[in-house]
Amino acid sequence: MKIIIAGDGKVGTMLTKQLSAEGYDLTLIDDNPKVLESTEERYDIMAVQGNCASMETLERAGVKETDLLIAVTNADEINLLCCMTAHGMNPDIHTIARIRNPEYTDQIFKMRSLFALSMMINPERQAAVEIERLLKYPGFLKRDTFAKGRVEIVELRVDAGHKLCDIALNDLYSIVKCKILVCSVIRGGKAITPGGDFVLREGDRIFVTAPTNVLTTLLRNLGIITHKAKRVILCGGGRVSYYLAQMLLRSGIGVQIVEQNYEKCVQLANMLPKATVIHGDATKEFLLDNEGISDCDALVTLTGVDEMNIIISLYGSSCKVPQIITKLGRLENNTILDALPLGSIISPKELSCNNIVQYVRAMQNQTGAALTVYMIADGQAEAVEFMVDQSTLHCGEPLKKLKIKKNVLVVCIMHGAQLEIPNGDSSFVRGDTVIVVTGADRVLYKLNDIFE
Amino acid sequence: MNYKMMGRFIGRILLVEAVFMIPSLVISLVKQENMACTGFAASIGITLALSLLLLVLCKGSKRSFKARDGLVCVGASWIVMSLLGCLPFYISREIPSYLDALFETVSGFTTTGSSILSEIEGLSMSILYWRSFTHWLGGMGVLVFVLAVGASGESSKGFTMHLLRAESPGPQVGKLVPKMKKTAEILYLIYVLLTIVNIAFLLFGGMPLFEAVCTAFGTAGTGGFGIKNDSIAGYSPYIQNVCTVFMLLFGVNFSCYYMLLLRQFYSVFKDEELRLYLGVVFGSIVLITLNLRGFYGTFEETVRHASFQVASIVTTTGYATTDFDLWPTFSKAIILGLMVIGASAGSTGGGFKCARVLIIVKGLRRNLRRAISPQKVQVVRINDNMVDEKVLENTNAYLSAYVIILFLSFIVVSLDRFSVMTSLTAVLSCFNNIGPGLEAVGPTCNFGDFSWLSKLVLIGDMLAGRLEIFPILILFSRTTWGRLKG
Repeated sequence: MKIIIAGDGKVGTMLTKQLSAEGYDLTLIDDNPKVLESTEERYDIMAVQGNCASMETLERAGVKETDLLIAVTNADEINLLCCMTAHGMNPDIHTIARIRNPEYTDQIFKMRSLFALSMMINPERQAAVEIERLLKYPGFLKRDTFAKGRVEIVELRVDAGHKLCDIALNDLYSIVKCKILVCSVIRGGKAITPGGDFVLREGDRIFVTAPTNVLTTLLRNLGIITHKAKRVILCGGGRVSYYLAQMLLRSGIGVQIVEQNYEKCVQLANMLPKATVIHGDATKEFLLDNEGISDCDALVTLTGVDEMNIIISLYGSSCKVPQIITKLGRLENNTILDALPLGSIISPKELSCNNIVQYVRAMQNQTGAALTVYMIADGQAEAVEFMVDQSTLHCGEPLKKLKIKKNVLVVCIMHGAQLEIPNGDSSFVRGDTVIVVTGADRVLYKLNDIFE
Repeated sequence: MNYKMMGRFIGRILLVEAVFMIPSLVISLVKQENMACTGFAASIGITLALSLLLLVLCKGSKRSFKARDGLVCVGASWIVMSLLGCLPFYISREIPSYLDALFETVSGFTTTGSSILSEIEGLSMSILYWRSFTHWLGGMGVLVFVLAVGASGESSKGFTMHLLRAESPGPQVGKLVPKMKKTAEILYLIYVLLTIVNIAFLLFGGMPLFEAVCTAFGTAGTGGFGIKNDSIAGYSPYIQNVCTVFMLLFGVNFSCYYMLLLRQFYSVFKDEELRLYLGVVFGSIVLITLNLRGFYGTFEETVRHASFQVASIVTTTGYATTDFDLWPTFSKAIILGLMVIGASAGSTGGGFKCARVLIIVKGLRRNLRRAISPQKVQVVRINDNMVDEKVLENTNAYLSAYVIILFLSFIVVSLDRFSVMTSLTAVLSCFNNIGPGLEAVGPTCNFGDFSWLSKLVLIGDMLAGRLEIFPILILFSRTTWGRLKG
């Protein structure tokens, strides 16, 4: 399959890395030759220099033979124009555009066919949605949803004195009293697919598959108090802040936004009359003290500078803020950060990438294709949701009899509305949905790929 | 200064004024009121001559028309209009003193309704008609009328916005539709329709046509000149209630009616100024009704008088059905408060305006909160829109100017040795274009006993109040008449 990526920025590069590893024919368009050169050196792709919205450049990139165009330049208008132009030149092409301006979001969603868009992604909005979900269940570092919201993979950290510390996975049920499955563990920066005799240690980050309706029980039995956040401090007044504040205010949670730029403050105060907008530098500790950081329920750092976010989050953790969420734009897979108490880490670009990769895979193989794909364990593992169809092998056979590839784990089987956390005797039949976790070095295109 | 352009505008306003005197002339001819007939004929002649002179002399100007010119033009034209508008009273000898006639006319045009006459029923019909008609004309504004009927070519030039801004009441004046002429037409259309409906309701209550028309003019302009010595008190409860309702209707921002015509019911329902205005009205009615227990015979009568007086004062009309000067102090205090607040912006009413109260109160609340947490950024929002800092500033400046003028006028009027309450409410009443005050200027009394100096000051106050201070204030500023530097 041939794909054009327009815009070699943060998301563009990440997509290039991911998609070229999966073996697609990639053409990258950008008007900055230097950036292109460095990307071309690292990955096996073709680079075209020029304005991606012009017919001439698209022609050179071979738009007529291309199946998918992904427009992720930094300007919404260019992304839209690029998709419209490409669609005009090749009516069969699929197009994905990144639209970030909140003023456009609604109208473009309503006029998707006019703009010739197959899909629209808004990284900031996705990040905000993700953060809101985390705030609803404090205690989880990350939540990914499968099977239309009925199953989740949540991330937990095993701290010293935690109930799970020094417990073997086989004994897990006696503590949590609900059916869950640990599908991946990060220890010392490395992802491990654990067996039943695996013993959890302090500092491990574990990824747990659980039905959505037992999440509360899980948290209670783990001794993590869950009360809904009532007051949240957001540092930085960018788009993510705006989206997030809007969602939080709607569900009655108090929001304080700290922003350095006065004009932005006025704008936010106008758009969010119920929020408290504070003009000042969030890295100044006395300012956060004045705003009552020590008794707020959550701190979300959303400034545009990763280093600042890290510093503010560290200060928040020293003030014993119950829940901290840190947005990182560049440093998200930095192993040094693992040791730091930064709470949940959110990376808008990773979220967008997940979405796009998912779309690409669905296009690649319409039958037996992955329904949902999530990167978990810092991108070292993937959780993939499949539909069992007529082409699937080994239907109805118990799992313990199947030869499944190493490092691949079936973590959940959905029989219609019934949900099963599988053991060796479980099996799947046609029409079921199966969630599989695998190391990221191996790409699963269809369910049959899990068998040896 | 663009004197030629201003001359042309004033010329056209005088032309309109002369034309509007014709119905009075007709009435005086029909009723064979000889003195009044002479008065009107002479006035029309003088006004017409002056108008044509101005139109001929001030032909074709290519210079630009600035915001300053707009303000000066409005201020000057209202003064000239009043100087000529009082001629019928003076020439017909029905008001022998020219100053008194001027006071009466300014009171009419500014929709104040303060009178120097103690005996109204003795006036001839044509004079009574003219007296009431000045209210109707002044209510919506003469310049707005000129813009509505004027050639669209001229009013399509940008500068007419300066005129609308200067003459229309309210802190934020905007057009309803892109074209100025169309905006002015819509405003007058709503105005005329409401007036006709009002006349119809009054006729239905058995009021003679002439009285109904005059009363409706006074109501529409929120003026308050009655044609009876006892204002509205002698009429039936039905007519009094009709007046209450229509006074309140004319005190509503006219853009609300336009939105109703466009079927934007929700935005009218959500309008914060309208809510404040109605809240103030109903709150005052309830409080005064409670305070007046046992004052009148029946509960119905108490509510009727309370609501009539509240409507009359808050819309700055000035009709009366009872002497509220006899009411208990608490009720009088509320009436005094209503005098200051006034009607909505963009209505025909005067006063400080609900919109400004809203802005001032919200701005004050913002500043209080800022004192508590200085780093918190807060904006003042009205109707889900941010109020510009400039508007806040202007409104605060307006409040300062308002208080200063009020106080200075009060000091000058105090020379007349009336009581403090009389002097204060006389100024308040004229400045807010209401009509009656308390004590010696109460609903049953008049302004005839003031000295010439006080009358001049009160005339100035009426004009300043109607034109929202700045167009009059700017006439006295030295920088206005100098060359605009830079």
